[in-house]
Amino acid sequence: MSKKLALSIEDLHVTYQLNGASGKNKVARAVDGVDLQVAVGETLALVGESGSGKTSMANAIMRLIDPSAGKIVIDGVDVVPLQGKGLRSMRRNFQMIFQDPFESLDPRQRVIEAVMEPLEIHGIGGSESERREMALAALAQAGLRPAAEIGERFTHQLSGGQRQRVAIASAIILKPALIIADEPVSMLDVSLRAGILRVMADLRDQLGVSYLFITHDLSLAWMFADRIAVIYLGRIVEEASAVDLIANPMHPYTKALVSVIPVPEVTALEDRIILTGEIPSPASIPSGCRFHPRCPLFRELGEPEQCLTQDPVLQIQSNAESHHVACFFSEHNKGNQ
Amino acid sequence: MMKRDRTSANHGFWYFMGKLWADRMGRWGLIALAITTFIAVICPIFFPFDPSKVGADAASILTGPSKTHLLGSDELGRDVLRQFFTGARISLFVGIMATVISTIVGSGLGIFAGYYMGRLDGILMRITDFFLVVPALPLMIALGAIFGQNITVIIMVIGFLSWPRTARIVRSQTLSLRQRQFVPRAKSLGSSNLRIIRTHIVPHVMPLIVANTILVVAGCILSEATLSFIGLGDPDRISWGTMLHFSFVSGAIGRGAWWYFLPPGFGILFIVLGFTLVGHSFEKITNPRLGGSE
Ligand SMILES: Nc1ncnc2c1ncn2[C@@H]1O[C@H](COP(=O)(O)OP(=O)(O)O)[C@@H](O)[C@H]1O
Ligand code: SF4
Ligand SMILES: [Mg+2]
Repeated sequence: MSKKLALSIEDLHVTYQLNGASGKNKVARAVDGVDLQVAVGETLALVGESGSGKTSMANAIMRLIDPSAGKIVIDGVDVVPLQGKGLRSMRRNFQMIFQDPFESLDPRQRVIEAVMEPLEIHGIGGSESERREMALAALAQAGLRPAAEIGERFTHQLSGGQRQRVAIASAIILKPALIIADEPVSMLDVSLRAGILRVMADLRDQLGVSYLFITHDLSLAWMFADRIAVIYLGRIVEEASAVDLIANPMHPYTKALVSVIPVPEVTALEDRIILTGEIPSPASIPSGCRFHPRCPLFRELGEPEQCLTQDPVLQIQSNAESHHVACFFSEHNKGNQ
Repeated sequence: MMKRDRTSANHGFWYFMGKLWADRMGRWGLIALAITTFIAVICPIFFPFDPSKVGADAASILTGPSKTHLLGSDELGRDVLRQFFTGARISLFVGIMATVISTIVGSGLGIFAGYYMGRLDGILMRITDFFLVVPALPLMIALGAIFGQNITVIIMVIGFLSWPRTARIVRSQTLSLRQRQFVPRAKSLGSSNLRIIRTHIVPHVMPLIVANTILVVAGCILSEATLSFIGLGDPDRISWGTMLHFSFVSGAIGRGAWWYFLPPGFGILFIVLGFTLVGHSFEKITNPRLGGSE
């Protein structure tokens, strides 16, 4: 792998200690051994249903929670062992756009203050007026115009879409190598989503930032990302280029997700696969392949022993170098179509 | 999706004055405070009290209101009205200084305990639990008696024994604030904890601290009056409480010298009421869901 990497995650684990009423302390393995790479300038979408561990992963990468194991290499530096001042000064390299813009901005700050804050923290810009200029430029870049006028408002006076633009402006102002966007449009009105995504795409083209784009919506990932990684119960089950993954899904879970994308050219290929049951709790991950209780292929194949006892690892598929799947029978699955 | 109310965000001094004035409770409180402040700050300038200016003979002792002494004289023949003006000043001064100590200690500990949680929080909660069980007044009396009748001692004793309530409520608001998403966001920007406290916690806790401070002043003035009344006041700095003390020990109450004990008594009542009304009104303004009671 010769590409320069903005982000490289190795065997990342995030666990939560649960203080159950049952008396016995249980552990939830929300992220359970994830490897991921994002090349410089690339957008990788992390797709999974609610509870699959996406936010836990984002928070761990952002060092907002401590991973229980693993490496997180950002721009060549493993940030996991960093603490205190060293960590704080590294933070300008990786920024996050939070899911809920109604919560992530301080309602007592003016917009301009929120965008100038990262500059003040890192001592960027020689003077107050220089920082103000930079903040206004970032606001305009995020599509908030007239920036000078909007900058004077308090963040709580803005709409959700405007707030998310403020969050974007304050993330890009540090010129980070990596931006993690945790479902950046899921809390917004459908009518506003395209505008926010366009701004994010423009920034990618202008600044060459790399995105880890988190979403539960596979069609959104397909639209926005170069590559897609599908996460299920804390584990990546399939990873491929966006085009390849949608056109040729190999993991039974991905197949099910793809089959319900509301786009005719995709769904016309076959009938929709409706998954039964709920995603299990990360405190009680099923044995063997963690997807087996919900896996249509597992039932179709007559419940093979292997799925119950062995944990499939993410492996390169023979047909495509960059297509990885974690399923013992994915080839069989493909032939079955 | 629009969740919390943010009515009290981002307003200045005059906004709150206007709001207080618009509230009936707040308006009466403001009037009371304006009157007492005038008495305490302005009146002693024009009518200074000289404790050494005692009466010439026995006939000038505990005389009722007259042209020379509008509010009569005390047991040493000194002018009660002038004493009343100065007493207001001392009562207010001690109350405010003690409150400053109490607020700084209480808010500081409350914010740090709530933000960092952990061990500091455990210790702090133990201490406040202790003070919630052991009433502060007997402790104040004991400490006041040990350290002597001195205005600085009184301020310190009252100040350092009045902060637990403040610490408790500031802590609980800080605890809920640190759950808000703008805290991890600030952290992800590279903010240090101290900076987060300064820019994102303190501004949110401030209205609560102010409302509480106003109520604490009332409590501290009352504590001072109590300590002084039982004889622990500074004899060189006569407060309303001290006046009550001397009117009691000199037998003025027994002799029906109402001009000597009624003014400081009503003064204390008036000023405490003023602060309490304004404090509760402010609480209501900054937290509409409170509805005026806790
Ligand atoms: N602080 C926490 N304590 C315990 N469990 C948690 C905590 N945060 C998340 N979880 C659990 O971890 C799992 C993954 O959650 P999350 O990372 O938020 O997933 P996603 O963002 O994909 O919805 C969920 O089962 C959730 O209940
Ligand atoms: S390994 Fe077995 S259970 Fe798991 S996805 Fe493949 S077929 Fe389904
Ligand atoms: Mg999430």
